[in-house]
Amino acid sequence: MLGITGGKVFDPINGIDGRLMDIWIKDGKVVPEEMIDKSEAQIIDASGKVVMPGGVDIHSHIAGAKVNSGRKMCPEDSLRLLRPRSQITRSGSGLTVPSTHLTGYLYSEMGYTTVMEAAAAPLVARHTHEELEDIPNIDKGVFITMGNNHFIMKCIRDGELGKAKDYVAWLVGAAKGFAIKIVNPGGVENWKYGKNVQNLDDEVIGFGVTPRQILTTLGQINKDLKLPHPLHIHGLRLGQAGNVDITIETMELMNEFNGHFCHVQFMSYGGERGSLPQSASKKIAQAINEKSGVSVDVGQIVFGPATTMTSDGPAQFSLHQRIGGKWINDDLESESGGGLAPLTFKRNNPLHGTMWLTGLEIFLLVDDPWKVFLTTDHPNAGPFLGYPQVIRLLMDRDYRTREFERLHTKAKKNALLPELKREYTLYEIAIITRGGPARRLGLKNKGHLGIGADADLTVYLPDDDKEEMFSHPAWVVKDGEIVVKDGHLVREQPGRTMYVSPNYDPQIEEDIKAHFKESYTISFENYSIRSEHMGPNEKISCD
Amino acid sequence: MKKFFTLITGRTKKQAHGLHKGIGSPDYIAATSYVEICPDDIASLGIIEGQKVKLLSEAGSVELAVHSADIPIGLLFIPMGPAANQLVGPETFGTGMPSFKGMQIKVSPL
Amino acid sequence: MSRIIEDVICKFCGCLCDDIAVETEDDHIVKIKRACPNGRSMFLDYDSSFSKPLVNGREVEWDEAITAAADILDKADSPLIYGLSSTSSESQRKAVELADHLGAVIDSTSSVCHFPTSQALQAVGEATCTLGEVKNRADLLIYWGCNPLVSHIRHFSRYSANAKGMLLPNGRKDRTVVVVDVRPTATSKVADIFLQIKPETDYEILSSLRALVHGKKPEYCIDGVNIEQLEQLAAMLKNCRYGVIFFGMGLTMSTGRSYNVTELFTLVAELNKFNRFSAMPMRGHGNVAGADQVLTWLSGYPTAVSFACGIPQIGPGEFTSVDMLAGKEIDAAFIIASNPAVHFPHAAASHLKKIPTIHMAPVSNGFTGDADVILPTACYGIDAPGTSYRMDNVPLRLRSVLKKKRPTDEEVLIQIIKAVKKC
Ligand SMILES: [Zn+2]
Repeated sequence: MLGITGGKVFDPINGIDGRLMDIWIKDGKVVPEEMIDKSEAQIIDASGKVVMPGGVDIHSHIAGAKVNSGRKMCPEDSLRLLRPRSQITRSGSGLTVPSTHLTGYLYSEMGYTTVMEAAAAPLVARHTHEELEDIPNIDKGVFITMGNNHFIMKCIRDGELGKAKDYVAWLVGAAKGFAIKIVNPGGVENWKYGKNVQNLDDEVIGFGVTPRQILTTLGQINKDLKLPHPLHIHGLRLGQAGNVDITIETMELMNEFNGHFCHVQFMSYGGERGSLPQSASKKIAQAINEKSGVSVDVGQIVFGPATTMTSDGPAQFSLHQRIGGKWINDDLESESGGGLAPLTFKRNNPLHGTMWLTGLEIFLLVDDPWKVFLTTDHPNAGPFLGYPQVIRLLMDRDYRTREFERLHTKAKKNALLPELKREYTLYEIAIITRGGPARRLGLKNKGHLGIGADADLTVYLPDDDKEEMFSHPAWVVKDGEIVVKDGHLVREQPGRTMYVSPNYDPQIEEDIKAHFKESYTISFENYSIRSEHMGPNEKISCD
Repeated sequence: MKKFFTLITGRTKKQAHGLHKGIGSPDYIAATSYVEICPDDIASLGIIEGQKVKLLSEAGSVELAVHSADIPIGLLFIPMGPAANQLVGPETFGTGMPSFKGMQIKVSPL
Repeated sequence: MSRIIEDVICKFCGCLCDDIAVETEDDHIVKIKRACPNGRSMFLDYDSSFSKPLVNGREVEWDEAITAAADILDKADSPLIYGLSSTSSESQRKAVELADHLGAVIDSTSSVCHFPTSQALQAVGEATCTLGEVKNRADLLIYWGCNPLVSHIRHFSRYSANAKGMLLPNGRKDRTVVVVDVRPTATSKVADIFLQIKPETDYEILSSLRALVHGKKPEYCIDGVNIEQLEQLAAMLKNCRYGVIFFGMGLTMSTGRSYNVTELFTLVAELNKFNRFSAMPMRGHGNVAGADQVLTWLSGYPTAVSFACGIPQIGPGEFTSVDMLAGKEIDAAFIIASNPAVHFPHAAASHLKKIPTIHMAPVSNGFTGDADVILPTACYGIDAPGTSYRMDNVPLRLRSVLKKKRPTDEEVLIQIIKAVKKC
């Protein structure tokens, strides 16, 4: 039993904006005060401090084949952050691609308690789950890439949408995924012929279907299956000048189905195609403001080292062609692909400056904080350790102005940012880092401190320097256990992997078996991941 | 004859099979205890197939029976295993990998 | 009672063929279907009758053996944990935990097969794919310094040269097969083109191919090949639809080592400007790819990791087993599911005999190591389940076909970790 007393609580899901109140915890849950025997309870005196639910990250690359390729390719990244073993913790290394245990420690020390791994191809999801089991102190889930899946594209081609729905339900359960992810629909398949897609009505080679059809089919299926999280979309033409138009077109298309558009900063550029991208934050923010079914996370640039990694094979190839250096590509049979390239975002690089501005402007121009969430698309736009700095940029206009002045002149020219006076409040920060993502993920017990919520919370020492405040919370509680005390990690404990397993017509398995014989190199019987072979896990219901 | 041969070690089906029987088994020892030399080199060494030769590298020496095989002139092949590893030196040139392929070997008839 | 278990995964080599049928009778394997000769003998020769651990040659109970092992590891200043490629990733994860706790060096058999490949990957990255892409798309296959018809016997039929796939309905007829090697092999005999090269010329040939692909003609000569042969090969590389180069220890064990592979990876990356191209190492043991994966996610590095300073550090040539043993820098060794006594150069293997050694493996007979502690464990994929990574890093969950009679590597490692924490 635990009481966090006298703190100033920010719990937006329950409409609590800085009210002084006590939080009581028993058996890993938030409970009413009456259920606590105060003579037994441990008390954290939070008077003068700020209490928020544990942080929830809606999009981060922390585990699985691509992340591990990044670790393997970049021994130099290990040297950027080294953690010796201690009495209670394992050793680890890596800043943009930290080793598994270190990933858990770093998130935990930053006050985060739930993190979603943003992409795994189902064929290699078993690898992702093995790593997730080795990431302590946070709960997690994994999004399953389906935007270039052969079986789904065949169903669309043949007009068999019912079949597609059963297949998707089977697949997300087989991979023990939490949500459906779409990455450059059709473009990753075309990349296997050295090509890509540029528009929603381009053809996917060999299937005769279009990105539009893939998006709407999966949008409808996602809705029909009542998955907790709407479709998680990485659209077309990532990183290209002028891509804002296709992004808005895709938002218009997906509005009726609901769609979460990830790392939207990378998808919101103006400028002529082929030229240097410009910020189209105004245009994209307007679209987000107008569309009730759309949410975004930003993918804010943090200057310094990054490791770019996506399932968007052709985007990674063109980045590699532009910047040179190391490059990994991995084509995955019948499902997906992907690539990686290390990159450092530099303050004095005009393009990087523009990208940085685009992200911040989106944060400041989207009116409703429940529609925009804090991410750096870790480690694509920078490591998650940059979140406190981004929070300071959002809350402190003077600091923001000083940082703006340090950009390259070309990036500063005609920039919108200096005009934007908005400063985020603590309540709004609690929305974009807790309540918002939890609600959009459909996680009923996360992101708030109401009765019955998972007892995941963070206690901060107020500080005018918001970067300092959010970098080093005083206390972090996970599942009712104190994991960080006085800013130090004091406990390592396993987290849970959350997954969905919607119902489907078992007849579909005969079709899937035939598909496996034809397309795969492993048998149907060896494909599905069983929950008893995972670490601690929790099935989230679809209703 | 002063000429140096280049030694290649590698997997064979019998060596792999022998491993299942155990590294002390006669199958394994037989499968890893011979050297392949091409017929031209056998002739110029003045030996016959089946005869034992002494193989010498900077790392060590071993005596093995000669098998005639379709390999290039100047090359020796020994299945990976303890016999071959008498000849392979521990130098890895900073990679961790010793010269399992490429050791220079002197061959003399016994 | 007889039963047939379908879709069994064979972990003999990196192919992880998952279509094996195993027939058992009274908990003995009596028949194997579809496996290659290597896989067959792995299943049929499996013998778990040797079930008691040994300490100094004396049969003991498990508790005593665990204590003895923990004692050796605890007393050592510079222990080495080596092997890992023939055990499950669950066990590999525990082995890394033990190494981290002890401040030990941990190294896998990658150290003497494809660590140079990882070093190349660290330098330039790697364009690669899963085996299903090879089966479904690859019209040009190049096998460089490898001999799959001996080492990965069903690779041709399941994944590559002879497989029928989406864009290759006629299998072998639709593909061109090139073998590059220093000697004729079983594989070179079935190739469309066999480029027989002189030993130690791989690097020159790969860089010449890079030049030719970019339209530049090298002006030097390479011993053993003529420029027309290379021009022909360069044209094939540029003009195929989807090419794949499989490569083996012909590159990683010869002069140049990681530089050979770096040159190959660079060539393959550059070919993606013209068409699509991938490279893939022919990983040998069933879960050697998993050893790289597990070590990487737990430490940041794939092979040769030292925890001696409390943080993970990588050291090719420094923390690699052959160098450390030959340099006599190791004072105790824990060998897991491998046989360095026969597979290491004599100078390294002989040091193993002089230091306290623990050997854990699904050993049956003919165990000739001089280990002080011998821990006979279950064989994952036969009488224990476990996860394994295929040569293309696709993870598979191996099932067991027999009742478990000995503890698994994972179970023993958990006990040893407990015991050393008490020390
Ligand atoms: Zn992402």
